[in-house]
Amino acid sequence: MEKQYIDLYKAHHSLIKQHAARVMNESRDASFALFEKMGFPTTKLENYKYTDLKEMLSLDYGLNVRRLDFPVDPYQAFKCDVPGIQSYLYFVVNDAFYPEYNEQNDDLPKEVVICSLKEAAEKHPDLVAKYYGRLSTQKQDGLVAFNGAFAQDGFFMYVPKNVQLDRPVQLVNIMRADVDFMANAHNLIILEEGAKAQLLVCDHTVDDVRFVSNRVTEVFVAENATYEHYKLENTHIKTTNLSTLLIEQQASSNVLGNVITLHNGLTRNSIEIALNGENCETELCGMVIADKKQQVDNFTSVLHNMPNCHSNELFKYVLDDVSKGAFTGRLYVAKDAQKTRAYQTNRNILLNRTAKMRTKPQLEIYADDVKCSHGATIGQLDEQAMFYMRTRGIPYEEARLLLMFAFTADVIDNIRIPALADRIKMLVEKRLRGELSKCEGCTICQ
Amino acid sequence: MLEIKNLHASINGKEILKGLNLSVQPGEIHAIMGPNGSGKSTLSSVITGNPAFEVTQGSIIFEGKDLQEMAPEERANEGIFLSFQYPVEIPGVSMVNFMRTAINEQRKYRELPPISATDFLRIMREKKALVEMDNKLTNRSVNEGFSGGEKKRNEIFQMAMLEPKLAILDETDSGLDIDALRIVANGVNKLKSPENATIVITHYQRLLEYIIPDYVHVLYDGKIVKSGGKDLAMELEARGYDWIKQEVAV
Repeated sequence: MEKQYIDLYKAHHSLIKQHAARVMNESRDASFALFEKMGFPTTKLENYKYTDLKEMLSLDYGLNVRRLDFPVDPYQAFKCDVPGIQSYLYFVVNDAFYPEYNEQNDDLPKEVVICSLKEAAEKHPDLVAKYYGRLSTQKQDGLVAFNGAFAQDGFFMYVPKNVQLDRPVQLVNIMRADVDFMANAHNLIILEEGAKAQLLVCDHTVDDVRFVSNRVTEVFVAENATYEHYKLENTHIKTTNLSTLLIEQQASSNVLGNVITLHNGLTRNSIEIALNGENCETELCGMVIADKKQQVDNFTSVLHNMPNCHSNELFKYVLDDVSKGAFTGRLYVAKDAQKTRAYQTNRNILLNRTAKMRTKPQLEIYADDVKCSHGATIGQLDEQAMFYMRTRGIPYEEARLLLMFAFTADVIDNIRIPALADRIKMLVEKRLRGELSKCEGCTICQ
Repeated sequence: MLEIKNLHASINGKEILKGLNLSVQPGEIHAIMGPNGSGKSTLSSVITGNPAFEVTQGSIIFEGKDLQEMAPEERANEGIFLSFQYPVEIPGVSMVNFMRTAINEQRKYRELPPISATDFLRIMREKKALVEMDNKLTNRSVNEGFSGGEKKRNEIFQMAMLEPKLAILDETDSGLDIDALRIVANGVNKLKSPENATIVITHYQRLLEYIIPDYVHVLYDGKIVKSGGKDLAMELEARGYDWIKQEVAV
């Protein structure tokens, strides 16, 4: 399975490097060596035991190492799921930042840099060199190593000291190809002291081929900065979406992560948030609505490395048909991270007997003056509540929908962009009604 | 209005109702009393169509229609209401959304257009006043964090909103202090009309001091073993249920 990629790298590493940002090449050979040693993760590894990637990764995928332009107009190809949220809007097609001018982005403060990683590395080499790979090269993970070896570009965002963005930044990732295709991208997001930004990442697929998307995103949140990261996945059933989100928080920073999977094929979200300063606030939540053969694995780690931080984690899944869900909530509290308050909840509803959920809270606490809790439940819709609603004249299907919708409500409540929350409410409702069994404007999933 | 004949019903294979007969006409209030475990709550569950219970024999006819053919929501939309002994908490579903959905489903069933926002709010306000319900409660999720008394008041509030033809009050007095009991009973009495009927299921006679029944039935071991006027309730209060059990045994 790995051999074709190992051979590819050995034969074409100079080509890969030639078409990549120089800063990315510095760690490339080391990443490759690590991948060669580790290979793709298998279910034998504790961190991957719930999701078998073998079937999807052993297929043949094209890679665009020469980085030829794909003919696509994202404004045509993409019907926005969240219109009207008034964002600064950017597109990445496969791994390529779409450069065309968009007047919607005219108001972006001049000090803020949003562009391709490659361009950023040319124009701001010191800035990129300071941060690039700082988190990702520390990871002993086959997918991250693979990304380090093959990723050539990605999205870059820099918000300097005390600049607060008034509108969310929307990054639309579009997968587009005529053959089964793999893209690796590396995103870098930097918020300096007191900066504030909201990023909404939308994942989409537009062609009826198999896709593997392997993205690594590094986020650095400096002191007193506020960062919100929303990820809304609406991809087709033939997509393998592998995403690693690594966030580092400095003192008194505030981070919200909200990861919503409305439709997908096979998704693995690895999210790691390291609290490296005191008085950090972290809210990490997510929601999965899956049916048919969809699979979603959210693997999360919150690392309390410093005292006096507060984290709260909430993930909810609604699974139907033969879909599979997995959740891991690793909570690490270092020896000196006293006065940590860390809470975790994972609640899941299985709508039938064939859907499967695996959940694993994993608390490692080395400090002795902390408040930590965790809870995980797997259940069905409350029969008594169903009957209660029906005695008020609410039909079975409607009652079921109300309960499912209510179940996901607290994850939506954790969206701090009102227009986005409203829109997601609507999308969730449509999804639960079965009207969104495929993405809007898409004809691929049946 | 309601004709129950030779009703047998069981849960998990255990027979609870063993040949129950009951006839209710418009304008009447029937009280059903009986010791614990006699089948009072089973009766309300079976009339409203709780899927946990199985009717093995007999018939329940409501206004000429066979209820057993109907789903709980159809029975509700035909005009049957149950005030639950233990109202269910539904986190995440707001009272307003719940009530609006229920009203509009009822209107859809009757081929009426959805209620306008202003009408809905006006009716909510009127009915809340009827049971002296706090505004705070209607802004919350259904029954979530309500006290026992607030839950019962909320049941009567919903009854007022839905204006049923037949209301079944299952142990509505349990867990109520005397003031709450008066408010709840007052609400029920104000909703009373010559067209609708009420079945009051209760263990004690207390509630019947406020809601005066036309008929009192004693349910024991799955059957109605004695029926009478409101005096029967007084007698039960004074003498307990043992004499009934003995009468039945003889």
